[in-house]
Order: sequence, then C-alpha cells, then structure tokens
Amino acid sequence: MTEVSMAKEDVASTGDLVVLKSVNKHFGALHVLQDIDLTIARGEVVVVIGPSGSGKSTLCRTINRLETIDSGEISIDGRPLPHEGKELARLRADVGMVFQSFNLFAHKTVLENVTLGQVKVRRKDRKQAEERARTLLDRVGVGAQADKYPAQLSGGQQQRVAIARALAMEPKVMLFDEPTSALDPEMINEVLEVMQQLARDGMTMIVVTHEMGFARSAANRVVFMADGRIIEQATPDQFFSNPRSDRAKDFLSKILHH
Amino acid sequence: MFDFLSGYDLLGAFWVTVQLTLLSAAGSLVWGTLLAGMRVGPVPLMRGFGTAYVNIVRNIPLTVIILFTSLGLNQTLGVNLGSQNFDTINFRFAVLGLIAYTSAFVCEAIRSGINTVPVGQAEAARALGLSFTQVLTLVVLPQAFRSVVGPLTNVLIALTKNTTVAAAIGVAEAAFLMKSMIENEAQLLAISAVFAFGFVCLTLPTGLILGWVGKKVAVKR
Repeated sequence: MTEVSMAKEDVASTGDLVVLKSVNKHFGALHVLQDIDLTIARGEVVVVIGPSGSGKSTLCRTINRLETIDSGEISIDGRPLPHEGKELARLRADVGMVFQSFNLFAHKTVLENVTLGQVKVRRKDRKQAEERARTLLDRVGVGAQADKYPAQLSGGQQQRVAIARALAMEPKVMLFDEPTSALDPEMINEVLEVMQQLARDGMTMIVVTHEMGFARSAANRVVFMADGRIIEQATPDQFFSNPRSDRAKDFLSKILHH
Repeated sequence: MFDFLSGYDLLGAFWVTVQLTLLSAAGSLVWGTLLAGMRVGPVPLMRGFGTAYVNIVRNIPLTVIILFTSLGLNQTLGVNLGSQNFDTINFRFAVLGLIAYTSAFVCEAIRSGINTVPVGQAEAARALGLSFTQVLTLVVLPQAFRSVVGPLTNVLIALTKNTTVAAAIGVAEAAFLMKSMIENEAQLLAISAVFAFGFVCLTLPTGLILGWVGKKVAVKR
C-alpha cells in the first residue's frame, strides 16, 4: 500500500497524467471517436458512461494503444504515446489494464499470472515478485487461490486476480474496460469494492462501466459519451441529479428508473 | 516361415528410419515454429517470407525436394554438410529435406493453434508491457501448442512414413532394405507385410501416447 499512498502525495504537484487531444478514429465507415479531448489529472478517478456503441471502450483502449488512432495526440505523464516497439511496451507497463473478459493467462496459475510481468518486464527477482504477488492477492481477497488455474476460479475472483496482475506492475494509471459487465450479479460487488479501495488509495483510474452506483460513490468526474463524442462532463452529483444535455437525460431516464 | 528374413539387418534398417524420424521431427518443430512466428508477426517482410515458404514447399512433392538436396545441393553445388562419407552425407541431406518439407505442415498446424488462443490473451500480455516475442513465447505459443497436439501427431505419423522417400537417395532405411529384399527373395506379400507391420509398430504407439498427452495438457478455459 505504501507505493499507492505515495502516489497520492504527488497528486497536487504534477498535474495532468493522461491527455487526449482531438483524437479521431474510424472503424471502416464508422467514426467511433470524434474529436475527443480529455484530460485526466494525477489521482483522479474518471468514470466513462454512455450507451453501447458510443465508443467508450474504444476510447479506453486507445490510451495504451491496443487500438491505434487515426489522428490526434495522446500523451501519458507528459510523453506522447510511442508507435509500436520497445518504447510502447515500456509505456504499457506503466498503464494497468483490466478487461471485461478478465483475460487471465489460462495456462498459468494465479500466482504466475501476477508474477509474469514483474519478472519479464520489470526484471524483478522471482522471489521478490512472488512476495509482492501474494501481498496483492491477499489485498484483493484471493490469497488462498494462488496456486489454482484461472478456470478454477469464479468470475469475480478472476477479475480480482486481473486487478492484482495490473497492480503488480506499479502502474501510474489504471484502465478498467467494463470490468463487471461479464460478471454474475452477486459477484459485481466484490470487484467494485476492490476498485473503490483503490480509488480511495489515490490511484488514477479511468473506468468504463455501467455501474452507476460506483460512478456516484467513487468517481471525481463522470464523462458521458454518445455516438463517438464526449457529450457532457461533470461531477457525479451534478451529472446524476442535473444532467445538461438531452442525450444524457434520455440515457439516465432509461437506466435509473426500474 | 520367416527364413526369408535371415541375412538381412531388419532392425538396423528400422533404426535408421527411427533416427530419420526423430531428427527431422525435432528440426521441423523448431523451424516450423519459427515460420509460424514469422507468419503472425508484425514485420511484413517476414510475413511474406513465411507465407511464400509454406505455399511453395508444401506444394512440391517430397521426392523432388529430397532429390534436389542430393543432386542439386550435393552433386551440383558441392555442399557436403561437413562429411566425406557418402552414407553420412545422404543421411544428412535426407534429414534436411524432410525438415524443409515437414516444417511447412508444422507451421500451419501451429498457426491454426494460435488462432484458437483468444485474442484477449495476447492483449492482456501486451498491456503488461511484454514485447511481441515475449507475448508469443510466454503466452500465445504455450497455449497454441497444447491445442494442436492432435494435428502435430498427424504430421509426425506422416513424417515417419515419409522417411521412406529417403531411399531415393540411397539412405539405408526400412524401405531401402525392403526394395532389395523384394528383388532378392520371392516373397513379395510376406516382405511387404513385415515392413507394413514394422511401420505400424512405430506409428500406432505414437498416436496413442500423444493422444493421451494432448488430453492431459489441454488448456481449460
């Protein structure tokens, strides 16, 4: 936990961590990202919501260049996103990512999943890496499953392991691409609790989600996207109680009343 | 009833077959994996090479490839693979030809295995900051291999039988001995049956054992 709380201390000192400037992307004829401008400060928790197909997942995936962009600029910690190659790999190591479908390495145990990046990318000694892995697994509440294979775990447990795997790299920012969308309802909370703890510890987080409760309780800012554009940005209180745009009002009326 | 076998080194001939098979299998597994790596890689030149290699080599008859190694590389170009002994040279060229040919099939089997690995596995690996080679060797290939034990077994069985083509350049393996026995003894059916049985003894256990291995190592998702 020490590293995380230290990260919180430089929040005020160094400002913007992730900056997107007029980013555009097409999938064939579909213009999925249209002139996206977005700045995320160190220590900030930004929740991206919007109807499906609005480009929010794509936006999340452009930040570590799992999706390339057609035009615009993305920089992380003041450095523009490099093209393919070693530079890009180095940058990705600083950006943790959690996927909708967990994507734990199926042929490796939980412990190996969490040590792989530390040993192969961070060049850590295996013993140290395992120690850190066990600490992180305990922290997300799956310490007892360390020697099992991903397929032997429940979805909620797998997703918590995936969070531990990303944290093991000591990332500057964490990207969550619909982390609870593939989970059974009773497992959503155990994952959200881990994320909430992470937010409280001062991690910079970009979270694409449909969990409005999480957005209300953990976010510093809500970004509402529709049709490839950012329609509205506000604090959770403002956004949920008093959305300005018609698209947002329409969206909220569909999800909040049932 | 089996007197026609006396005076012939049957086991010695099959031992050469086994050696050809094992060396070619090891070699084509390595070269085939490299080719598969090239074909899925980000470098256009390597992708082009891999694709061209596979499509050319797997469409040429093995006999032509083996004859080319001996007649073309050895006798015309004077390559002798570090030996002066005629038998050793031909053995080595047979292995070289078999590797060149079989690796095209190994490559395609592995590539189909790579396609069974969900794309999210590679994405997660890239997101951790692993390089292309690390993603391939640490995450994708280990899972790909486990899903293609069956197809690779087929390739290995085909390879075992393909070693008989080495007889064309005078390598003294099983089929070479069979040919001379058929010429010398009036026992065509019996001799053929003995050699057919010999090959079944090699390939049947291979299939059974690797079938079991394939089930054992399969990745649970």
